[in-house]
Amino acid sequence: MPRDVWLIFRRDLVLSLRNPAWIFIQIMQPLLYLVLFGPLMEKMVANTPGFPPGDVWQIFTPALIVMIALFGSSFVGFGLLADYRNGVIERLRVTPVSRVALLLGKVLLNALQALVQAILLITLAVLAFDLRAPVGGVVLGLVIVALLSVTMASASYALALTLKSEEAFPALLNAVLLPVLLLSGILLPITTGLAPSWLYTISRINPFTHVVEAERASFRGEFTMDALFTGSVVLLALAALAVFWGTRTFRRENA
Amino acid sequence: MIKARGLARRFSARGRTVEAVKGVDIDVAEGELVGFLGPNGAGKTTTLRMLTTLLRPTAGEATVGGCDLLADPLGVRQRIGYVAQGGGTAPECKVGEEMELQGRLYGLSKAEAHRRGAELAEQLDLAGLGQRLTKTLSGGQRRRLDIALGLIHDPKLVFFDEPTTGLDPQSRANLWEHIRRLRAEHGVTLFLTTHYLDEADALCDRILVIDSGRIVAEGSPDALKARVSGDGVEIGLEPDSVTAAAEVVTALDGAHDVSVVDGTVRFRVPRGDTAMPELLRALDAKDIPMLSMQVHRPTLDDVFLTLTGRTLRDAEEGGEVATDAA
Repeated sequence: MPRDVWLIFRRDLVLSLRNPAWIFIQIMQPLLYLVLFGPLMEKMVANTPGFPPGDVWQIFTPALIVMIALFGSSFVGFGLLADYRNGVIERLRVTPVSRVALLLGKVLLNALQALVQAILLITLAVLAFDLRAPVGGVVLGLVIVALLSVTMASASYALALTLKSEEAFPALLNAVLLPVLLLSGILLPITTGLAPSWLYTISRINPFTHVVEAERASFRGEFTMDALFTGSVVLLALAALAVFWGTRTFRRENA
Repeated sequence: MIKARGLARRFSARGRTVEAVKGVDIDVAEGELVGFLGPNGAGKTTTLRMLTTLLRPTAGEATVGGCDLLADPLGVRQRIGYVAQGGGTAPECKVGEEMELQGRLYGLSKAEAHRRGAELAEQLDLAGLGQRLTKTLSGGQRRRLDIALGLIHDPKLVFFDEPTTGLDPQSRANLWEHIRRLRAEHGVTLFLTTHYLDEADALCDRILVIDSGRIVAEGSPDALKARVSGDGVEIGLEPDSVTAAAEVVTALDGAHDVSVVDGTVRFRVPRGDTAMPELLRALDAKDIPMLSMQVHRPTLDDVFLTLTGRTLRDAEEGGEVATDAA
């Protein structure tokens, strides 16, 4: 099985290096937010009570990293639909290759892609915007990004193979992702000090809020149970569910 | 190599149930080249996808390549090759990469996969294309690449789904040659679907005719053609002797379906070749001059017409439930 995972991973890696446009396409949105929206928040964060601790870059950069995984890895199902139309999926499914490896090889590459983009964004934030974050915190933050990317990519593949429609797939994703983005406090943190209580309550129910908060805590270097526990548990549970869904879909006979 | 009993598949979608395949029995012996002939939507591809582990049958059982289809799908996968109707190459991949990946997924080492890929490239006229992206290949080349991928692990049983659909006549003839050679030189057992009568006729030892999810006939192309009552004969005459000739023909032993159109008399007779001398003598005896004569062996199109009451073309235009794609 690890051999199969590696073979699929390497195939997708070769393909993505042949056409490296994905890096720029996927990173463009978070990058624009960092450059064109971040500076706007600088004074606001400094002068408004109710923001989480830390300066604007410590609040904003980790959230954008989460956004990379959240959005970038959610649309990978498109590539799978193309493979499905080309008959590539069917061709691979007739071989003895492990069905789980067909999923994991792809998902691991997506995680790697998200990591590369996250590192690019962090580097830019450090160099251009004076982001200060402990190395350990950044490393933990990247682990979170990788796990979140695994989660979103698995779910994306499962959804794409279930819908098998190039129209329904992005429509559904957009319908889900925009509220998730707003409700997880990526752009503006949803805290008791800033949000009305009903909005705050809804944002607590959104699992990604907790992931964003854990990411922010690790960028502040707060490695306490209190700061990281909920986010980690939520993320691990999400990842397990998504990978389970993905492998089940890949195993199913007529997927 | 293949033994299937009562293999069936139902599809349900939006509250409607379609019986795509209604219980087929298939036996294919080692070294045979068997064709699965039927119109689009008859259940050919669905049957093929069941036999290749891609689709779980809703009823029935089968052993494929010596392994039980339901209990040991992995064993089946290791022993068979499958070339799908639409192929299965990624446009942005290089030919060599696809071959290597395919070989390695079957458990070959990198070196073995390369050696085998080179061997197949040689056999299938793909040599020198290793660095090309598959999207830059011609239709015929891509089809041969699909076949190379299906053969990379040297399987003893290979399934082809509509191998020549969409190819130009030259590529088609070329591909037939490759398929014949596979059997002749490598002893591969082949099972192919086609909706071309001439293809089934030209390639196959034995043909299974499928219509609306059921096998309606089975036999060698010649045996199937023999089920159409005999050869067709057409003789051309002077217009004023047509009636007299028709009388002679009707008296001929075994002649039937006699019809007269303008200056020709058409009829069927069990053996055209042996009936002709007799006919000539009978016409001579009555002093009826004959201008031309044609004898044609029945085609599989005649067979399909006899078996189902429709020509293959009618069957396709008749709006059969499109279950092949499902």
